[in-house]
Amino acid sequence: MSPQPFDSIKGFAVTFRQIFKKPITQQYPEYKRPVYPRFRGRHRLWRHENGLEKCVGCSLCAAACPADCIRVVADENTADNRVSPGERYARIYEINLSRCIFCGYCELACPFDAITLEAEYELSEYSRDDLIYTKDMLLAPPVKRVPVADRELYDTPQPVWKLES
Amino acid sequence: MASTAARRHAPIYTGTRIPSPIPSVLKVDPALREDDDILEVNFGPNHPSTHGVLRLIVELNGERVEGVEAVIGYLHTGFEKNMEQKTWWKAITYPERIDYLSFQINELAFVLAIEKLLEVEPPAKATWMRTLLCELSRIHSHLIWLGTGALELGAISLLWYCFRERDAVLDLFELVTGVRMHTRYFQAGGLAEDIPPGFFTECRKFADMFPGRVDEYEALLDRQAIWLERTKGIGLLSAEDAIALGQSGPVLRASGVDWDLRKVEPYLAYDQVDFDVPVYFNGDVYDRYKVRMDEMRESTRIVQQCLDGMPEGPWIVDDRKIVLPPRHELHTSMESLIHHFKLVTEGYRVPVGEVYVAIESARGELGCYVVSDGGPKPWRVKFRAPSFVALEATATTVAGSLVADLIAILGSLDTVMGDCDR
Ligand code: SF4
Ligand code: SF4
Repeated sequence: MSPQPFDSIKGFAVTFRQIFKKPITQQYPEYKRPVYPRFRGRHRLWRHENGLEKCVGCSLCAAACPADCIRVVADENTADNRVSPGERYARIYEINLSRCIFCGYCELACPFDAITLEAEYELSEYSRDDLIYTKDMLLAPPVKRVPVADRELYDTPQPVWKLES
Repeated sequence: MASTAARRHAPIYTGTRIPSPIPSVLKVDPALREDDDILEVNFGPNHPSTHGVLRLIVELNGERVEGVEAVIGYLHTGFEKNMEQKTWWKAITYPERIDYLSFQINELAFVLAIEKLLEVEPPAKATWMRTLLCELSRIHSHLIWLGTGALELGAISLLWYCFRERDAVLDLFELVTGVRMHTRYFQAGGLAEDIPPGFFTECRKFADMFPGRVDEYEALLDRQAIWLERTKGIGLLSAEDAIALGQSGPVLRASGVDWDLRKVEPYLAYDQVDFDVPVYFNGDVYDRYKVRMDEMRESTRIVQQCLDGMPEGPWIVDDRKIVLPPRHELHTSMESLIHHFKLVTEGYRVPVGEVYVAIESARGELGCYVVSDGGPKPWRVKFRAPSFVALEATATTVAGSLVADLIAILGSLDTVMGDCDR
C-alpha cells in the first residue's frame, strides 16, 4: 500500500468546510432545546379544578409498572377529610425515580388521567433517597420548566392523557 | 424478485467441508511457551476500546498476539429470566435494553414472536412504520460503531460527525415515541400511538441530508493512508470460517457471503421495498467498514421508500383482548373499563406454543425464542444474540496479528456487551 498524500486533502477539505458552518453545539444549561410533546419525563399527579385530587388510589399504575417502582396505599375518604371525588384516595403515593424506566405504562394504565409523564428531565440529586418522589412533590407544579415544541405539529389529537382536562 | 433471490442464494457455501471445530479460544503453542517470553496481559474489563465490559486475556510474544481468551459476563443482568416474571405487555420493555444500540430491532423480534403466537396481523401502517424505525435504528447502531471504531484508531473527529447525525436520529425517535431510546413503541398488534403529522417532514429532512453525510465520512476516512494501513488486510476471516463460526450480518457479508435475512426470509415490508445487500469479499476490517457504510446508504433508501409508501389507516389492531381500549371509552363504556382493568392487571393470555423469530439486526441474525404455556407470562424467553456469536470469531481473526490491531479487529466485529451477556 502506497501512501496517498494528495488524497488526504479531500479529507481535510471536509474539516476545512466546517469552519464556515454554524456550530451545532447548544449551550445547554442556558439554552434548553424544546422537547417534543410526547416526551416522557418526570411524572406529575393532577388535581381537578376544584382542588380535589384526580387519583383515587386504585393501584392500577402500580400494577402496570414493569420496574415496580410505584407504591400506593389507599385510604377511605371521609366527610371531614375529602381528598378525591371518589370513595378512596391515595394516602401514600410514591414513585422511586431511581428505578423508573420512563416507559409511560403508568399513564396508559391510569383510568382517571391522574398521572402523566411531563417534560421535565433534570432529575439528578445528591442522594438516592431524594429520588423517591412523594405525593406532594408529584402534585406540585414543576419548578424548572422545560419548553415543549408545538403540540399541534408534533402530536396527534389522540393520547388524551396528554391533554389537560 | 424471486429470480434474483434464487440467484443470490445459490452459492452460499460451495466448499467441501466446513472446518470444525474452529477454536473460539486462541491457545499459545506449547513449544513457544517454553523458549520465549510470553507476556500475559489483561485487556479490559475497563478498557475504553472494548465496547462495553469485555475482558480479554491476551498472551503476547513481543507485539504478536499468540493467545487470546475472552472473559464475558460482566454485564449479565438476567433480562431473559426477568421477562419470564413479567406479563407479556410489560416484558416488551426489556428486549430493547439487551442490545441498546439497535434497540428498536430487538423490540421488534419479541413483538413479532408474540404476534406469531397470538396469530394477529398488524395493520399495514404499523408494518411500514416498523420497517422505517428499524432502519433508523440500524443507522443509529452503525453510526455509533463508526464513530467509536474510528476513534479507537485515532480518528477522533469522526466521532463528533457521527454523533451529530446520531442525535438527529434520536430526535426523530423522541418525536414519534416520546423517548430517545428504549421506546416500547411497538406493541403486540401494532404501534402504541399514531404517527405524529410533523414526523414526515422531519424524517424526510433527515433522509435527504444523510447520504451526503455518509459521503463526508468516507471523504474523511477512505483515502487516508493511516486508516487504510490500519484496516486493509487486518483481521482476516474467510467465508468458510465465518460460516463455521455461525457469523451473520456485516461480518459475514464482508467475507463474501451474500446472506441477509431481510432478503432471504423477508419480514415486515422488506419484500415491498427496493434495496441492495452490500457484499465485499476480502473479509478484513476495511471490508466490514465498507459493508456498514453501504448499509447506511441502503437503510436511508428504505426509509425514503417507507415515507413515500406509508399507508393510511389504523395503527393497531382493534382487538379488545390484547389492545388497551381507546381512552375516551373509559369514561363512557363499562365494558371497555373492565377490559382495561383486566389487561393492565392480568395482561393478555397467549396460546400455548413455541416460536423462533429471526430478524436481521444491525449486528446480524437476532433470534428470539419464546415458549408460552398459555398463561399471562412468557414461560421461556431466549435471545440468539449476534454479538455473542461475533465475539466467537475473535480468536480466528486476531491469530498472529499485532496487539495494536487487536483493537481494530475487535471494533470491526461490533459486539455490544449488553447483547452478549444479557
Ligand atoms: S414510567 Fe414506567 S417505570 Fe416509571 S413509574 Fe411509570 S410505569 Fe413505572
Ligand atoms: S394514579 Fe391513576 S392508576 Fe394510579 S392509583 Fe391513582 S387513579 Fe389509580
